[in-house]
Amino acid sequence: MIDRKDVEHVARLTRLALTEAELERMREQLNSILAHLDTLRLVDTTGVEPTSHAVDVVNVMREDEVEPCFPQDAMLGNAPDRSGEFFRVPRIIEE
Amino acid sequence: MTTPERYEVVIGLEVHAQLRTKSKMFCGCTTTFGAPPNSQTCPVCQGMPGVLPVVNRRAVEFGIRTALAFSCRVNPACRFARKHYYYPDMPKNYQISQYEEPLAEDGFLEIEVDGGARTIGIQRLHLEEDVGKLLHEGTLETAQASLVDFNRSGVALMETVSRPELRSPEEAAAYLRAFRAVLIFLEVCDGNMEEGSLRCDANISLRPRGQTELGTKVEIKNLNSFRNVQRALEFEARRQAQALDAGERIVQETRLWEADRGYTRSMRSKEFAHDYRYFPEPDLVPLRLDRAWVDEIRAALPELPRARRQRFVTQYGVPAYDAEVLTQSRALADYYEASVQAWGSSPGNRGDRPKTVSNWIMSELLAALPGDDELAIQRSPITPARLAGLLRLIEDGTISGKIAKDVFQKMLASGDDAAAIVGREGLTQVADEAALSQIIVSVMAANPKAIDDFKRGKKAAKGALVGQVMKATGGKANPALVNRLLEDKLSKT
Amino acid sequence: MHRPIHELTDAYRRGDLTPTAVAESYLARIAALDERVGAYLTVVREHALAAAQESERRWRAGAPLGPLDGAPLALKDVLCTRGVRTTCGSKMLEAFVPPYDATVVERLRAAGAVVLGKTNLDEFAMGSSTEHSAFHPTRNPWDLSRVPGGSSGGSAAAVAGGLAAGAFGSDTGGSIRQPAAFCGVVGMKPTYGRVSRYGLVALASSLDQIGPFAQDVEDTALLLGAIAGHDRRDSTSIAAPVPDYMAELPRGVDGLTLGLPDEYFIDGMDPEVERAVREAIDVLRGLGARIERVSLPTTRHSLAAYYIILPAEASSNLARYDGVKYGLRVPGRDLVEMESRTRAAGFGAEVRRRIMLGTYALSAGYYDAYYGKAQSVRTLVRREFGAAFARVDLIVAPTTPNVAFKHGEKEDPLSMYLNDVFTIPGNLSGIPGVSVPCGFSGAGLPIGLQILGRPLDEARVLRAAYAYEKATPWRARRPELV
Repeated sequence: MIDRKDVEHVARLTRLALTEAELERMREQLNSILAHLDTLRLVDTTGVEPTSHAVDVVNVMREDEVEPCFPQDAMLGNAPDRSGEFFRVPRIIEE
Repeated sequence: MTTPERYEVVIGLEVHAQLRTKSKMFCGCTTTFGAPPNSQTCPVCQGMPGVLPVVNRRAVEFGIRTALAFSCRVNPACRFARKHYYYPDMPKNYQISQYEEPLAEDGFLEIEVDGGARTIGIQRLHLEEDVGKLLHEGTLETAQASLVDFNRSGVALMETVSRPELRSPEEAAAYLRAFRAVLIFLEVCDGNMEEGSLRCDANISLRPRGQTELGTKVEIKNLNSFRNVQRALEFEARRQAQALDAGERIVQETRLWEADRGYTRSMRSKEFAHDYRYFPEPDLVPLRLDRAWVDEIRAALPELPRARRQRFVTQYGVPAYDAEVLTQSRALADYYEASVQAWGSSPGNRGDRPKTVSNWIMSELLAALPGDDELAIQRSPITPARLAGLLRLIEDGTISGKIAKDVFQKMLASGDDAAAIVGREGLTQVADEAALSQIIVSVMAANPKAIDDFKRGKKAAKGALVGQVMKATGGKANPALVNRLLEDKLSKT
Repeated sequence: MHRPIHELTDAYRRGDLTPTAVAESYLARIAALDERVGAYLTVVREHALAAAQESERRWRAGAPLGPLDGAPLALKDVLCTRGVRTTCGSKMLEAFVPPYDATVVERLRAAGAVVLGKTNLDEFAMGSSTEHSAFHPTRNPWDLSRVPGGSSGGSAAAVAGGLAAGAFGSDTGGSIRQPAAFCGVVGMKPTYGRVSRYGLVALASSLDQIGPFAQDVEDTALLLGAIAGHDRRDSTSIAAPVPDYMAELPRGVDGLTLGLPDEYFIDGMDPEVERAVREAIDVLRGLGARIERVSLPTTRHSLAAYYIILPAEASSNLARYDGVKYGLRVPGRDLVEMESRTRAAGFGAEVRRRIMLGTYALSAGYYDAYYGKAQSVRTLVRREFGAAFARVDLIVAPTTPNVAFKHGEKEDPLSMYLNDVFTIPGNLSGIPGVSVPCGFSGAGLPIGLQILGRPLDEARVLRAAYAYEKATPWRARRPELV
């Protein structure tokens, strides 16, 4: 089952800032859900290929042709912090 | 200082090459370099909500072409996968790449080091999308903010991973050189390391000689030239050797090569390794590569640089150095062969035509071309046929070698062929013995002192007389003939 | 004025009604009633009237674009609409204005449809009750103290409450069919790949499909026909030609074999639902269909497989919401802090829970046990449907195990997940399915009959639904929404 360290690790992987209380609650809820999902172990899937697509389509490709790009303003229009022609982000600290 | 003999160096290289497709890997945005930031993007390559990728067929073709050139097995089926990590230059915070079913595997590249050849295994080759560019307001360490430009996001990238079979920093540089040459030859990548079209990361570990188990490997990033690859690996090998000698444990990590300062520094600990959470990309369907298509690509493969170089030496008899220069690009190599062919095989025992062509290309033609545009030679007004035409005029004595150089420059400027220029400007070499004899006689008459000097043993005086004859003929006299006739006359005075 | 689209366009043709008058009428109704229902998040009054006027011009000139010209529709706020905010029911995208239209939206505009606005949903389409919208809950027009179902609750309620003539939603585990059943309207999920997903904000990429809500089956056929078909921007979209669904409708069920799956009549389901569905099957038998039992043993594991696959894919699809390029940003001292705070603040509890679950399921060491295993179970589900369809033409079953529950009644996530137990298998297999009204509970709450078909067999699914609808009186009953 998931322990507190796992929950913290997953929260970090997926960039979710959870409070102490939220982390604990999350741990409980996830464990409860996982207990139910564990029933899948009982299904015999020996030799059964996993499905990754629900359609039997292969080889979809496009020709190497240029299509018009979107104007700068259209692409930057939703930026939470726009700096001229760029998206601006707070400082990046290497872990 | 070389790595102490008691350690064996084990190096593997990971090379990322931007493919020369007109549009990006998964959308139709253009890939041209140098546009204003965020002006070459669309919702797809900016990872907006609701967008979907579509595979660029030409990128797949380029991948197959490269795989075949490295004798890889092109997998009959391959898939794309999502590789998750957070970084602001990656719009979706996952990169569409390939994981368990890559495009190709198990190839090799032959390299030349210290006069010998080695075969380095290539483990896998796969396709993925490039990320955007980050600019830091300052340096990465001091910046309070960074700026993101997504123009490059989504450009088609081909990643190749070598087996850890390189045994020295020299070999690593040689591998990269050879690798790059093949990619340029195949016309799948422009190989421009300064602009980032070709990027290299290295993995290096040391182990006591004789040990089979590999040591802890360290990843080195930020290697943007052959020289830096070699210097960085030399430094790192030394660093690791010193650490091991002191009984320290090598930390598995990523280090950045600081070219200005000449050392690698720790970037982040790989022990807190990325958990990429790969799974098959649900928005893209598997590729089942049609054997006929792969065969078609194989049949269209150009002769690779190494093979072509060797053939130039054996077939044309040019020295290895010439062969190396002439095969630096496919366009140049094609030009050389076309010129040799246009001139025709050397008659009788004059097996020197291919060498002559080589000399002219290396000394005159290359100097006249812009250095960074490998295709410029295709646009030169001096076509292979025209070059051959010029060389023919020298060979048959119509013009001297010296005049020919002028004609060459005129051909470049005017776009005319050699015969036209020679005819128009009356540059035909004077080889008429009678005419030359007359001129020699008058020159000799006008320069009695020179004749005296010569008789008294000053050989240089003859040169002066030759010079006068050349001047009198506007440089067009056949020098060899002048020399012979003058000798003759001088000996009779 | 609240007539099915096919009747509206007849009226436009005759000149009895105009698109502008109809649009005005719907907009007025929305203004008067939607505060109570909460079906809409955004109403685009000016756009709608402008589109209605264009439509009117075309009808007057005798040159309508087709059977949807002038039809007033609502779109679930998970479909990107250029220049109109698309929130996905989340604080994360509260102010997001897409610079592009989803393919489905482009096709609807090209057909002359009049978009009235964007409807409410469970945040990022995660939910079965439309209680998890970040903005407000939607209420069931049949009983405002009850949920309309989810996650496309807003679209279902809009059609049921006469606030749009038709609507579109998305169905990943039942998010069209279940609210259609709760709201007494027709709702359809097409075959996976039949309709382009380009511009549909992704939840679970291998399960999502866009589909219509309508007042009757004929409208459903119309709406589906307008959006179905290959899209080169969606690599998973199917190239097969789109049949004329309308032409197929009157063919009836005579000669068809319908399968009744043992596993869809479970202990604990509402006995009124079971009775209504069994009576519906009797009607179908009376219309000439043969009924046979089928067994789909892996049904009982479908929920677990789904609740691993969905969170896994969703956690990946939602990774992009990080405050960098669009959407909410909560400040932080550095990038990681900004992203982590933004995501914690922008996502509600259910979304956070599923993201955590999904990330865990995909993380190192757990992939095979969870995601890999779930996808293999999914293969078994597909195979079982395939085997069943070798013997029967269609499968009929309840859409949900119960009728609409009260707001706040299902707080526990697990009990909420059980709502989708009959609809999830259809998504896992990628097959088409419709929910059509088949009765009411004693308390007057709608009950839905689900009809599932072979891949790309929407025509047969619709014709069975049509035959059933024509033979029953449910169509005529409407909620008393004053």
